[in-house]
Parts: sequence; C-alpha cells; structure tokens
Amino acid sequence: MQLEKIKTIDFLEDHLINMSNMKEENIALSSTLNNSEESTPKFKEVTHESRESLEKILSDVAESNTNSEVTHEKSDSKETIDGKYATINFGPTHPATHGIFQNILKVDGEKIISSEQTVGYIHRAFEKLAERRPYNQITPITDRLNYCSSPINNMGWHMTVEKLIGVEIPKRVQYMRVIIMELARIADHLICNSVIGVDTGALTSFFYPFSEREKIYELYEEVCGARLTTNIGRIGGFERDFTPTFHEKLKNFLRTFPKAFEEFNSMLERNRIFMDRTKGAGPISAERALNYSFTGPNLRAAGVDYDVRVMQPYSSYEDFDFIIPVGVNGDTYDRFMVRQEEVRQSIKIIEQAYKNLPQGDYKADLPEFYLPPKEDVYNNMEALIYHFKIVMGETEIPAGEVYHSVEGGNGELGFYLISDGGRTPYRLQFRRPCFIYYQAYPEMITGMTISDAVLTLSSMNVIAGELDA
Amino acid sequence: MGKIEDLEVINGEGYQLTTLDKAIGLARANSVWPLPFATSCCGIEFMATMGSMYDMSRFGMERLSFSPRQADLLIVAGTISKKLGPVLKQVYEQMSEPKWVLSVGACASSGGIFDTYSVLQGIDRIIPVDVYVPGCPPRPEQIIDGVMNIHKLVKNESSRRRYSDEYRHLMDTYDIDIDKTGENE
Amino acid sequence: MILTLTKLEKMNNDIILSRIQEHFSSDVISSEVNFDILTLEISASKSYEIIEFLKNDEILDCSFLTLLGGVHYPEDLNREFAIVYHLHSWRKDFRLRLKVFVPAENPSVRSIVKIYNGANWMERETFDFFGIIFEGHPNLKRILNMDDMDYFPMRKEYALEDATREDKDDRFFGRSSN
Repeated sequence: MQLEKIKTIDFLEDHLINMSNMKEENIALSSTLNNSEESTPKFKEVTHESRESLEKILSDVAESNTNSEVTHEKSDSKETIDGKYATINFGPTHPATHGIFQNILKVDGEKIISSEQTVGYIHRAFEKLAERRPYNQITPITDRLNYCSSPINNMGWHMTVEKLIGVEIPKRVQYMRVIIMELARIADHLICNSVIGVDTGALTSFFYPFSEREKIYELYEEVCGARLTTNIGRIGGFERDFTPTFHEKLKNFLRTFPKAFEEFNSMLERNRIFMDRTKGAGPISAERALNYSFTGPNLRAAGVDYDVRVMQPYSSYEDFDFIIPVGVNGDTYDRFMVRQEEVRQSIKIIEQAYKNLPQGDYKADLPEFYLPPKEDVYNNMEALIYHFKIVMGETEIPAGEVYHSVEGGNGELGFYLISDGGRTPYRLQFRRPCFIYYQAYPEMITGMTISDAVLTLSSMNVIAGELDA
Repeated sequence: MGKIEDLEVINGEGYQLTTLDKAIGLARANSVWPLPFATSCCGIEFMATMGSMYDMSRFGMERLSFSPRQADLLIVAGTISKKLGPVLKQVYEQMSEPKWVLSVGACASSGGIFDTYSVLQGIDRIIPVDVYVPGCPPRPEQIIDGVMNIHKLVKNESSRRRYSDEYRHLMDTYDIDIDKTGENE
Repeated sequence: MILTLTKLEKMNNDIILSRIQEHFSSDVISSEVNFDILTLEISASKSYEIIEFLKNDEILDCSFLTLLGGVHYPEDLNREFAIVYHLHSWRKDFRLRLKVFVPAENPSVRSIVKIYNGANWMERETFDFFGIIFEGHPNLKRILNMDDMDYFPMRKEYALEDATREDKDDRFFGRSSN
C-alpha cells in the first residue's frame, strides 16, 4: 500500500508540471468545451493533438483518483481510529438542508456507511385540519404543501372536488389552469436547480433564476393577489378572468424568459466542476425507484417515463404537444438535466395554451360553490342565500370517495377524499410525493461522501411542507 | 451639568463628537449578521428578500451565518412545531450577546392558521422576541420593514443591557440561564 | 436502463374483479366502483397474499403502490379502522383500491413492506395517526409526531387543537369550551 501511495503522488506531480505547461491550451479548450458544438473555437492554436493530450491528462488524473479510492476502501474498518465509525448529526438545522429534517450519518472517514432519518419537525396536521374546514377553505392548506409551486396544489384540490361533484369545466378554464400550473412548475424547478448550484458552490446561479421568479410572482399577483401561497382559482374556475395586464406580462415573460433561462443553463450544464461533482452522486436504479414508489423528476431521471399528465390527462393536457425528458443513471446530474428540460417543455406548453386560449367563461355554472357576483347578492334572494351558505361554509357536497392526482413539481400529488355528505370532508389524505421518495435517501447515499449526500438531498427537491404535512 | 445621554452629535471639520453608545449602535445596526432559521413558506420569501430584487445586502445583511455563535439576529421564518421547539431554544441559547430575534410570519408569531396539536403557538412561548412581522407569508417589503425596526432597536440599545436586572428577569421568565450560556464580557 | 411503458389493451373493472375472485373468492367481501376506480373490500387475514398476487400476476400487473392510509369509523362496531391501499397498474392502465377493515380492539394487519418498499413510511404514518399495528414492519415507530406522544391524533375522538393551550379562548372561535 505504501508503494501505491507514492506512485500516485509521482503520477500527479508529473502531470501537474505538464498541466502548467499546457495551461494556455487548457484555457482555450475549456472555453470551447463550454460553448456549444457549433461555435468556432476562439483560439486558432487549439490543435487536435493538444485536445487529445488534455483528455489523456484528465483521464489519468481521474484514474489516479480512483486508485486512491481503492486504497481508502482497503482501510475500511481495521485502520480507522478506534475501529469504530463516527456519527455525524446532519440536521435538523443545517445550512445545506433546505428544510428541516435530520439525518444521523454513520461515517467512515468521509464515506457514509448508514444513515437514520427523523422527519416531522414541521408537522402541521393538515389532514386533521382539513376535517374541520369546508371545501373552499381547504385550498389555503393545500397551498402550504409544496409551497414552491402552490398553484399546482390548489388546482389539484379544485379538480378533486369538481370530480366529486361531477361538474363540467369550460375549456377556457382548463387552458387557464394549464398556464398557471406550468408557470408554477417552472418556479419550482428554478428553485431546485439553483439550490443545487448553491450546494456545489455556485452562488451566482442562485441569484439569476430568483429574479426570473419575481416575474412569475407578478403573474400570480395579477390573478389572485398573492405571491407565494396563492390560493389561486376557485372550485369551478377562476375568481376573475385574465386581466389585460396579465396578457401583457405573460407575453413579456414568454419573450424574455427563455433567453434568461439559457443563460442560467449555460452556467451549469457543461461546467466541468459541476459535472464532476454531480455525475455519480446519489444514483438510484429504475427498479429500486419503482419499488419505492418514486414519481416525478426523480423517477424520470432514473429512466422511467411516467408522468400523470400523459398517463391520465386532466384539464386538457391531451391537447398539448410536449415530450417527457428521461435520464439514464438516476444521479444528481440526471435529475438536474431532467428538471432543466422540463422547464423548456413547460415554456412550450404555455406558448401553445396561450396561443390557443379559447373564448368562453372563466368559471363553471356552479352556484353552490362559486360566489355569485355582488350585484346579484344585493338584488337577488337566491344569490344572497348562496353567498351566505358559501361564506359560512354550509354548502353540502354529495357523499362518495374520490382519488384524483395531478403532476406536481415533485411527482404525483394525489388527493384521496372521503365525503359523508357534510360540509367538511370525512377524511382527506394527501399523497405527498416528497414523503414517499425521501424514504429512499439512505439507500441513495450509502457509499457516497458527505458532500455528495448534501448534493443528493438538494437535487431530490425535498420540500419540508410536503414531507411533513 | 447635562446628562451624557442627552448629548447631541456634534459634527465638525474632520471630527464628530458623540457618545460611544451611539457609535457602537451605528456600527452594530449596519452590519447585523442574520441566522436564517427558515422552516417553511416564509423561508422562500426570505430567500426572495435575499435575492437581487429586494436586496438585503444594502443593509449589510448579506453575510448569512449559520453558526449561532457568529450571528446577531435570529430570523425565525416559518412554522415551529413542538418537536422543533427545543432545537430552536438551543440555537437561541448558543447565540452570543448581543442578540435579537425577528419572528417572520404568522406561524412564528402566533401559530398562524395552524391551531393544531403539533404546532407551537408562537415562538415567544420559548424565546424572547424583539420584532414580529405578520403576514402569511409577509411580502419582502414587510420583512425589510421588520429588519429596519430591528435596526432601530439595535441603534438605541445600551451596551450594558445584558447586565441589567430587567434583562435578567426577562431571561428568567423563559428559563434561560444567562450565566451558563457563555455570556461574554 | 430505460423502461418505456406501453399501454396494452384497456382493462375494465369486470375483468379485474373476476380475476381476483377466481383466486381469492372467499376473501373479497364487497366491491363497488367509485369514479371509475374499482374498490374492493378484502379480509384482513389475506391482505398480504392478495396484494402479492396483484403485483406478480401477468394479467393484472399492479406494479405501483400509490397510497396507503387509514380511516377511522368510530360508529361501525368491529370495523372501526379501515386501511386503504391504492394500487396502480401502469402497463394495463387501471387503478385499484383495496380496503381492509380491522376492529378497534386489535387493529393489526400484515405489513406489505416486502412487496413494495415504498409502504415503509406510509405504514409508519398510519400507525402514528391511528395506532394501527403493521405486523412484520421493520421499524414501526412514530414518524411525524413527537416520540413521547401518548395518543393517536387522527382518531375522531381527539380534538384538533392542543388541549393544553391557554392563550386562545374557545368562546371567541365559536366553539363551546366544554
């Protein structure tokens, strides 16, 4: 083992000297690698030979790294201090965990042997709370599940109730819902990917998408008045039609956002440091992911193309033409790339929906659940009674049980509603994708280093509100 | 002979005459290092406040300190459940003097819409709070307003506050032992 | 390895019901269709075998466990707790709901963690909320609530609010303080 160690040091020294000699070519080559394939290289001196030799150097260094890993593995249990593993408390308040969850890691040096999770630090008893509240008052609770993309949760809940009542929603409402849901998906994926950048050390890639998210917040504000926890839409449609300002802002967004997004993308997608850190970090195979009931971008990164929008289309998703991006290994880089591509697909869907937005009413004819206009309330007895009943939460819903799911930012967000005919649900259970796939986290990080565990956690997009409900 | 506290700030050619307390208060207020204890939705609005549109860096607060020992301001943003209460208290006790607490959002101030068995109805049940920012979630402008109120407190706080009886009594009501938690001179 | 899901012939609920009944005729207690999803009530003793059959059968092929949860019906004596399994077959494109009713004196059912790993935390959550014991579960302890909590909060007899809070007066919330 001693001899092997010396060999790696010699190896590295030789190549470091070589690398400093080839520094200029390195700079030229790295700039060409970062640009797209079609652009011509900036430095005409870059020759085929120097590129080959650079690749050889990089692969040699990579080999020597793997050699050193082999020596580390040989010193597995016998040569650690005291022969025992160290226990590290990763959480609950930790700068790298975006949310409050605790992992107690057993490590051997830097390599993780096992981990034990504790969740529930933000358990707010949504399911019990929902049993107390009438149906239109449950929407603010669903907001706070995956709060990065709260319109999707709201729409999913409205669709569940509409399914139970059995009401037909106008086409215009369905297209409007699609636009809002895809905006929410873009917002969610922007946070997740910028936070992966932060955890690898790239702080600039956090600020750029956040200023784009402000534009999405302005769009929400035009419809519902709130930025984050939107309570958008109503059972039966929307509270108001899209205002002219909304149309203006949406056109502006569709014009400027793709370019800004590609700028954010170019910071990380082919960045050598980012790729080295994220490739191979926290992989999961497709079979294990299916067994753990993964859904969403995490499953698609593992290679399975399951998307609720395509499998069981809701709200006119079958009218739109989009592809489902799928990864290969299920590691952090694949999850990042799948989310990036999904943002592009979402932009495509919004463009199609906006272009073909049908004329019509922005609400269904649902007097028991949808507040009547104020002038009717003051003049018409029936409207007054409906208004009173809706606000006091005394409208009754038919009995039955329904399960409806939508494609949330993290996967299949499901609502299992059992109603006994009263004013509040008898039982409402949320199928929260984060809760279900976070169970696989110990399996994904076993054998990884602690820094890889941090990256895996942030790339899985675990939102504490959805985890604990 | 007038009291020292009433002395005005006198600006002259190349000098300024003021009390040490004011100078220290000014220095402290413009470089508060926050510890973001962001739990849920208010955490995302806090992140938006740190972003480039509602820049917190202009208040000198861009250096987030996740270590309590190095932080001045504990920003509790989000719901605190009973399971997390002891953790929050431990983080607060670890902070070194002087320290302030900003409670962002309805959930941290009073439990918010979650009047349930698992949510702590306000963090002022376990730690003393200086400024409350209501909202669900509060807009970034409101969070900045809360921070500016904290600055007012910081500017006008006496540097001998931690030795006062009133402070000791406040900490006693929360069962926080200030002698044990490493109060420094 | 990339798995692409190709949808084969559309299943309908009669085929599913008859296929399950031909293997487990005595254990399917009742069936109904709620909003296009076939809902079966199965007996608690055979729940593990039925779910294992559903996963491994080539015709039914329920490859995915969507949701697992509990419901409390305090008025139905001897059938107080229901455990509801939602299964989804991707290749055959149907969803299936299975309900198992257990009495309150002995609320226990066999755990399906060995069939679907994803059931691990869902069963812990159901235990945490209702107190239903899942036999054979590797780590059945509370997951979302505090470990030292001594009651099961989602049961209907317990109130939503914390019983020990003193700052909110129930009279102002329209609830009589009994």
